[in-house]
Amino acid sequence: MFNDIGLILPELVLFLGAMGLLMLGAFSSKDATRTVDFGAIILLLVAAVLSLTQSQNGYATAFNGAFVVDGFAALMKALTFVATAIAILMSRDFMAREKLARFEFSVLLVLAATGMGMMISANDLIALYMGIELQSLALYVVAAINRDSLRSTESGLKYFVLGALSSGLLLYGASLIYGFSGSIEFAEIAKAFQPVDGQLPIAMTIGLVFLIAGLAFKISAVPFHMWTPDVYEGAPTAVTAFFAAAPKLAGMAIFLRVMLTAFPDAIIAWQQIIIFVSFASMLLGAFAAIGQQNIKRLMAYSSIGHMGFALVGFAAGTQDGVSGVILYMTLYAIMTLGTFACILSMRREGGMVERIDNLAGLSQTRPFMAACLAIMMFSLAGIPPMAGFFGKLFVFRAAIDAGLYGLSILGVLSSVVGAYYYLRIVKIMYIDAPSEDDYQPMPRELSIMAGVMAGFALLFFVYPAPLIELSNGAAAALLNGAGTDVVTGLLSRP
Amino acid sequence: MDNLFFDTYIWPLLLVTAHSLAIILVLLVSLAFFMYADRKIWAAVQLRRGPNVVGPFGLLQSFADILKYLFKEVIIPTTANKPIFLLAPFVTMFLALSAWAVIPVNEGWAVAEINVGILYIFAISSLGVYGVIMGGWASNSKYPFLGALRSAAQMVSYEVSIGLVIITVLLCVGSLNLTDIVLAQKTVWFAVPLFPMFVVFFISALAETNRPPFDLPEAESELVAGFMTEYSSTPYVIFMIGELANIILMCAMTTILFLGGWLPPVDIMPFNLVPGVVWFVLKICFVFFMFAMVKAMVPRYRYDQLMRLGWKVFLPLSLIWVVLTAAFLQFTGMAS
Amino acid sequence: MTLTSLAFYLFASVSVASAFMVIAARNPVYSVLFLILTFFNSAGLFILMGAEFLALILVVVYVGAVAVLFLFVVMMLDIDFAELSEGFLQYLPIGATVGLILLLELLLVFGASSRLADSNPLPRATPEGMTNAEALGRVLYTDHIYYFQAAGAILLVAMIGAIVLTLVKSNNPRRQNIAEQNARTKEDGVALVDVKPGQGL
Repeated sequence: MFNDIGLILPELVLFLGAMGLLMLGAFSSKDATRTVDFGAIILLLVAAVLSLTQSQNGYATAFNGAFVVDGFAALMKALTFVATAIAILMSRDFMAREKLARFEFSVLLVLAATGMGMMISANDLIALYMGIELQSLALYVVAAINRDSLRSTESGLKYFVLGALSSGLLLYGASLIYGFSGSIEFAEIAKAFQPVDGQLPIAMTIGLVFLIAGLAFKISAVPFHMWTPDVYEGAPTAVTAFFAAAPKLAGMAIFLRVMLTAFPDAIIAWQQIIIFVSFASMLLGAFAAIGQQNIKRLMAYSSIGHMGFALVGFAAGTQDGVSGVILYMTLYAIMTLGTFACILSMRREGGMVERIDNLAGLSQTRPFMAACLAIMMFSLAGIPPMAGFFGKLFVFRAAIDAGLYGLSILGVLSSVVGAYYYLRIVKIMYIDAPSEDDYQPMPRELSIMAGVMAGFALLFFVYPAPLIELSNGAAAALLNGAGTDVVTGLLSRP
Repeated sequence: MDNLFFDTYIWPLLLVTAHSLAIILVLLVSLAFFMYADRKIWAAVQLRRGPNVVGPFGLLQSFADILKYLFKEVIIPTTANKPIFLLAPFVTMFLALSAWAVIPVNEGWAVAEINVGILYIFAISSLGVYGVIMGGWASNSKYPFLGALRSAAQMVSYEVSIGLVIITVLLCVGSLNLTDIVLAQKTVWFAVPLFPMFVVFFISALAETNRPPFDLPEAESELVAGFMTEYSSTPYVIFMIGELANIILMCAMTTILFLGGWLPPVDIMPFNLVPGVVWFVLKICFVFFMFAMVKAMVPRYRYDQLMRLGWKVFLPLSLIWVVLTAAFLQFTGMAS
Repeated sequence: MTLTSLAFYLFASVSVASAFMVIAARNPVYSVLFLILTFFNSAGLFILMGAEFLALILVVVYVGAVAVLFLFVVMMLDIDFAELSEGFLQYLPIGATVGLILLLELLLVFGASSRLADSNPLPRATPEGMTNAEALGRVLYTDHIYYFQAAGAILLVAMIGAIVLTLVKSNNPRRQNIAEQNARTKEDGVALVDVKPGQGL
């Protein structure tokens, strides 16, 4: 029992901490928002460190196999928690200025992070569903947190209704799989889901399709992406920044875990689906983003496209592929957070602006912000030697090794199309004449964040080895089920 | 073959029907006298004489009232939703009577001795709100509807604390069977060690049955007669019977959970000669007396005070008691 | 045919029929009432399985609390019944197709379940020598504590969310402090003043 508690320590710290912060916020006589925000960031960082140290234990399960801790979970959880912490840090100035500062916001984000941790570590269907629901419910609420704004409440409601539908699909698939395999544990499902005479059991394949539909919704991959643009646009920008990073990391992590640990022998069944989803996401991300005027909508389509690219590595189904996905998602989260640090700084006298035209001539008025945003755009477009290029390189290499030539060629082509709209933003910032009034100066934490992320994206190529090694270790831990210790393995490197 | 069929199916059915009829008959007749007692006690507190014309000391007053209502014309508002309007009183009465099926009036004296008896009663009493909501809505009139809304919120709120009180008792007993609950009080009635819970349960029972001081759903000074405004004649009588049967049910629940059911107060010579059923009835009468005294003496609560009491006082209090009781039982090793 | 299977068919057919009426009824209040009937019959099915605890919890939670709030909301909504039923037929083909697909899949499940039943017998609702409630209690807080706490966390988030999205803090709430009111004495509230005639205060 105490061993079990040791394994869920990061989630436990987050959950108990969230309740403590809730008490603090509810009972303090003054407005405790800033204190609670600060406490939430500390909690998330502590949980990230705790989960990294857990990778030393190797592979271990808790609560009769409901919860698993391995190198993969440790790394993905740490990344998710840090991404959430950064989102809270970046939200502080925005929420205060938009008069949305409420202590419940960071408490909800911490609870969402708890759910993401539970999701990433889920080792059976019930734990998977519980984690997803805990995360999603918190996300629905923060999407609608600006309750006086019609757009925000609409986005919250839309997200909720479609999210409930996708949860329904996921549950339906899970119940079919349970009905046929007779077990909810991933390892047991893997044993039951074997091809018989070269044929997979048909009803279980149907269950698998439903499960994939539910999970694809969480990472907003086509054709389950419909909610993304509206929710990204309607939700307050700080919330959108959070949505674009941490939940995507967690969603992709659990997607990988479910497919690779519960259905390793059914790869012929799910590989085709992933290829289709990946292909459709890349194309939609590339073409639908072209006409967008609103930068948040543009980022929504961009994130759909990036999910498609990450899924290219997933479709390969190999260790290199998984490692590529992890690397890609890490870089994507960093680039997205950096971009949103700039978007959150698009504030004029009258309030926030969101149109891409508003960026005209930014290089003359706010050169630092323009430079950061330009680096981010280059990196998102995947232009060498930016970080984004390496992500694409690794997933495409894995796909080619696995013989998925068509998908890789299509991926390269759609990244060329995608480069158009990323570079258009750079053009608007650097070539167009500046318009009317100036932006207000960037808040300190946002400029630090934008600078750090841009520096990372720019200089990643100098020393990419640690991150690549980490993703390799995590991928090996996921695929082999062995206790590959990603952290100490990295530190003891010659 | 015929005999076997008769033995397995017909005979148990007949037996259950006879049991049920017996308890319903006794209950209905006693309701008339409880009604009379209610009015007499109320009158006594206010230094009036109360009903005293029909029969000796006015004992037959309730029967006269019932007859009067039954012979009146049934009036249904033209815009009312007729089926639901007529269904509502029957729902109330049917539920109140069906809960009595599991009440043990003496050791082994219950129509149905089921393992989850306490849950059954809890479930049935939580359904009582439907009669009120349906009646209030189907009347298609403002005052009844307001009464129905109040009633829904009130009953759902107080069910929470009733549930937690029941859990506290169940922790001490280790069974959901009503007979086991009574037998667990052989040494000491739960009213003594769990006195705060006894008080919470008693007050929540008042709220759950819409008794004064929590009779906001039918507050005559604000809502005419609340959800019953449009009811008259037979449907009204059925509503009244259902409500009163619910009140007596709550008295019986209090008796079973806290006052030792049919057990004598002390297990010594003159007391344990008296049959259990007599003790049971006496205890119900005592609890009902307290109900009546509260009605006579306590002014009606305001709606926000009612909600405050339910959610901010009773809920935390009963929750803390659940935790304390569980911890006490665990650490003293008294848990079964 | 035993009494049990007779009861099963009664509960099952009534619950299916009333579930159908939930979506077929024109008046949403009727729909909720049929939903309640469905819950009741499902509870009856639970009892037939020996899961009496689940049956009564279903009644307490769903009928006693959740459906009351449903009814509460539906009664307060101002719904145009004619408009509501207008689009009904329009979506019938799509709905029927989806329903048919689900039915086919369920048939597939049934086709294979006979095979599964031998290899993997489902645990009974009432293990030997204990009641259903006891059996649940033994695993719910020990083996399945993780799920149980996770469900609790989800409910906590739901509660926080409901408060965040609806609670309006007014700037000057007139709150009643009952302890303060009770603590007031005659000296705090009443001042005896000797007023001279014709002068006032």
